[in-house]
Amino acid sequence: MIAPLIVLALLCGAWELIVRAGVVNELLLPAPSDVARTLWEDRSILGPDLAVTSYEVVLGLAAALVVGVALAVAMHLVPAVEDALRPLVVGSQAVPIPVLAPLVVLLLGFGLAPKILIVALVCFFPIVVNVADGLRDTDPDARRVLASLHASRWQRLRLLEAPSALPSGFTGLKIAAAVAVIGAVLAEWAGSTSGLGHLVVTANAQLESARAFAATALLIFEAVVLYALFSALERRVVSWSPRTVS
Amino acid sequence: MQTEVEAPSTEPLRVQAGVTVSGVRKAYGDVVALDGVDLRAAAGEVVAVVGPSGCGKSTLLSIVCGLDAADAGTVDAPEASLMPQRDGLLPWLSALDNAALALRVGGASKAAARAAAHSHFVRFGLEGFEKTRPAALSGGMRQRVAFLRTLLAGRPLLCLDEPFGALDALTRAQAQTWLAEALARDPRTVLLVTHDVEEAVLLADRIVLLSPRPARVVSVLEVALPRPRVRTDAAVVQLRERALTALGLQP
Repeated sequence: MIAPLIVLALLCGAWELIVRAGVVNELLLPAPSDVARTLWEDRSILGPDLAVTSYEVVLGLAAALVVGVALAVAMHLVPAVEDALRPLVVGSQAVPIPVLAPLVVLLLGFGLAPKILIVALVCFFPIVVNVADGLRDTDPDARRVLASLHASRWQRLRLLEAPSALPSGFTGLKIAAAVAVIGAVLAEWAGSTSGLGHLVVTANAQLESARAFAATALLIFEAVVLYALFSALERRVVSWSPRTVS
Repeated sequence: MQTEVEAPSTEPLRVQAGVTVSGVRKAYGDVVALDGVDLRAAAGEVVAVVGPSGCGKSTLLSIVCGLDAADAGTVDAPEASLMPQRDGLLPWLSALDNAALALRVGGASKAAARAAAHSHFVRFGLEGFEKTRPAALSGGMRQRVAFLRTLLAGRPLLCLDEPFGALDALTRAQAQTWLAEALARDPRTVLLVTHDVEEAVLLADRIVLLSPRPARVVSVLEVALPRPRVRTDAAVVQLRERALTALGLQP
């Protein structure tokens, strides 16, 4: 916990020096001290926008989790579904969101729905792939034991495959948490009236670069907090995994 | 799903059946694992299958357990439960829940399965470790949990695939003793795959010696020694020498 803070302090210190020395235009790159001051002074603007974006991110992640896990289980249980959908799932990840987002906004309007859809679209790939792989990579000896006991398909899923998939499922969720914020910002850029992504656009237009950077700092903070939350949850839920034993 | 199932091994199994394997052949692509293997175990007998590593012993057990199909030959065996080479314990379950797994799969309620498994914990030296997960158990304890799981499946035939292969010599000696005791209490037909000739002599009624791959039966030794057997006993040592000689490992 201390080490990343030291690295952060060093980076900010160097950044501060570069800006103070006048190497770059302050309109392009505000000093970290300006960003910090803006974070405090503009808190009444930043706060509500942070709440909006967080709401989009959490709902989008939840949607991706539900749809992603359901899809992974379906792909695992039915080979035809796996064959049919695996290339599409991979392909979905290659669709550039800036291309897709305006279309989604056009269809679903400026409300919450397009944001949730785009966040979910960005997040569901790491969840599907990691859960599907986790369901498949089970201990061969445990598989043989269950087979010799004539375990039903459902018992195999519940007793062996689902618990086996938990560690990699959490890996997928942590990756998703990091990219969810990007998805929310891109969705807001395509059309919105609030949120941190929206604030970045308007602040840039008004040459309020310190405010744009303050919003960005909050976005980064949000991704880190989500990641930390999922890591903590992982340690509780899969305490048996060698990865979480520390 | 609250089906109450009577714990199968609280009463000794009365229905026991023997195993007859004849002319079993199995190849994986061009690699012939088993090349006409014959084997017989009468009801309640312990038959050890001994052979060099990679000779297809595990394949033979898979076929007897019905996990794999033979290319040729016939297998006549009752319902079997398998104890795999590495224990195959589920790392997220406690020792008690791992031992009770077969009962859970058989449809017993969680409480009933746990109660049935727990009644064996003292005898297997697992008391106090009910809630411990496999990673925190010693190698010997893990094997006892895995054996208990296999026993509680309530099948007349136990297929043990190198059950003590991963244990150190001292722990293995203890494990062989408790296995002999457990089988004396609760007799089953047992196929014991091992590469340890001494283990076979200590535990088995008959030893089937296999050649290197492709596996064929080299020789069958009857072990007509009283139990409990002691590894330093002259008869045990003599039989071990005979087995090693038959395997071509001794001049």
